[in-house]
Amino acid sequence: MIDWRKYFISFVITIAIFATAIFISNYLENQKIADLKAIQDQVSVDILSSETQYSLLEQSSCTDVASSTIPTELGTIQDKLTYSEQEQGKSSDILALKQEYSLLEIKDYLLTQKIFQKCGKTPLSIIYFYSTDNTCADCQREGYVLDALREQYPTLRVYSFDYNLDNSAEKTLIAIMKVKNNLPAMVVKGKVLYGFQSVDDLQKAMPELKTATTSK
Amino acid sequence: MGLSFANILTYIFLFASLNFEIFLLITYFETRGEVEKEKELVKNISRFPTVTVIVPCWNEQDTVSKTIYSLLDLNYPKDKLKIMAINDGSTDGTFQVLQEFKNNPQVEIYSKENGGKHTALNFALGKATSELIGCLDADSYVDAEALKNIVVYFENKEIMAVAPSVKLWKPKNILELFQKVEYGFGIFTRKMFHYMDAIYITPGPFSIFRKEVFEKLGGYREAHKTEDIELALRMQKNHFRIAHAHEAIVYTVPPNKIRPLLKQRVRWSHGFIRNAFDYRDMFFKKEYGNVGMFILPIASISYASVISVAVISVVNFFKTAHDKYIQYTTVGIHPHLPKMLTDWFYINTQLVAVIAVFTFIGSLAMIIVSRKMSEDKFYFGLDLLYYLALYMVLAPIWMSKALYNALFKVKASWR
Repeated sequence: MIDWRKYFISFVITIAIFATAIFISNYLENQKIADLKAIQDQVSVDILSSETQYSLLEQSSCTDVASSTIPTELGTIQDKLTYSEQEQGKSSDILALKQEYSLLEIKDYLLTQKIFQKCGKTPLSIIYFYSTDNTCADCQREGYVLDALREQYPTLRVYSFDYNLDNSAEKTLIAIMKVKNNLPAMVVKGKVLYGFQSVDDLQKAMPELKTATTSK
Repeated sequence: MGLSFANILTYIFLFASLNFEIFLLITYFETRGEVEKEKELVKNISRFPTVTVIVPCWNEQDTVSKTIYSLLDLNYPKDKLKIMAINDGSTDGTFQVLQEFKNNPQVEIYSKENGGKHTALNFALGKATSELIGCLDADSYVDAEALKNIVVYFENKEIMAVAPSVKLWKPKNILELFQKVEYGFGIFTRKMFHYMDAIYITPGPFSIFRKEVFEKLGGYREAHKTEDIELALRMQKNHFRIAHAHEAIVYTVPPNKIRPLLKQRVRWSHGFIRNAFDYRDMFFKKEYGNVGMFILPIASISYASVISVAVISVVNFFKTAHDKYIQYTTVGIHPHLPKMLTDWFYINTQLVAVIAVFTFIGSLAMIIVSRKMSEDKFYFGLDLLYYLALYMVLAPIWMSKALYNALFKVKASWR
């Protein structure tokens, strides 16, 4: 004899568990977005603070300016955005965060350039253009190279930009730097490099790295 | 969150698995009291019907003697119990070993040309005259109280067959301990199916039937070398009730090496797939009760589910391995602790992962109650660890091979 009541109860409980799982998953995914947003907000404040400090100390010595805090959490945001994009896909939240992140990177790049110019030094930075679609076969490998370099030289600033992101500031950057849609592409010391660049290639392109502080 | 075909399929399988676990756990909590009460039934046994136990033997010289001694040691009136040992054309010393019992009035020994287990059983069915008839594989041993614990269920006139609880004989190595948990799990699910009138296997080791089952439904069939599944399905189709005597313990010797284990499981799984296909008209039919509406469909889904989860895991494993290989060839070795250990952000919180955690908790709950039922108490042993580590590695292998054999009509073999 079939106990339809039990069928119904087990079905309802299963639905309830699924609903709970949907709630938990959504809650945690939202928490992650909020976490990312909070870091970005903090970085934004830090950059604004650095810019303000820079303006205030424009007449002061290079040392005073250089010792001011330049935010270092851009790398963390990049890692988390990449992970979130893999996990959640190109959701509107992730795209919005990527847009904001690109703007922060450009602001950070400009500020760093100014500070280093004042000190008469060459900034240790790489501007990297990649694509998440299937057209860039070497972007995965290039990502590993830049992660390894960033890890080895904590003072190296890597600015990563999704070439296809619909962001007017980024498009302006691409236009100014004359970067063609031939990815992966990198701007190192004002020169655009196309195609895969190994750790050695980049170390040769940036001899200053040898004198930079390493983590090893 | 992208809803790919693989994702939708995974959600369906997870829903089915979770629903099955919940259904069984509800049944368990509903019937907990009855399980305990049934333990007392044997104390009030009113009569001892005559029983014939058939022992089909094909090259069982190492174990058959112990099997028959265990039957002779049953706590059951000697004049009510007959043992029929059928030598099914063995090519080893089985027949010589059986001669040890030729003067025992309880034991009858027959020899016939090899024809397969079902022919040996049917040979004996033609000679048996007792009220109850059962079978004991020649690599299994019965607990002394097993028959009494089974017979008591036949006091209910509606019960036409009774299946025992099968446990492993002295499990020692990793594979045997892994199977110990599986068999314990089998005891729990069979008891729950008992309360749902949905037992669809009467296992070879010591399932006992009323004689009229064979008179009305005919004897054993070849049934893709799983006659125990076919007979149970035939009984269910004809509305013959099957019970499970959880206190009736039978010990079986498990395969202790990987190849024989896989071969045995491929035969079982292949047998289930082919027999379920042969009895496909029972699926989703109310007249066949829980077997048709729930157990057969869910058991079939479980095959697709285990295979597809394994395929997805293997694909993911190779994808990760490929990424690691590319990383290694690009920048060398960069050992890191997994990021999720230092930052919760990197823990997978996708819906499919959260539901998988709930399903895993449900499976753990079932393992705990099944251990309580089969061992009378819960304890965490290495066997549980082996089970959790090995099941999702081994089961997809035998299930995939069984499915392949079923699709391409590859015949199963006994050993």
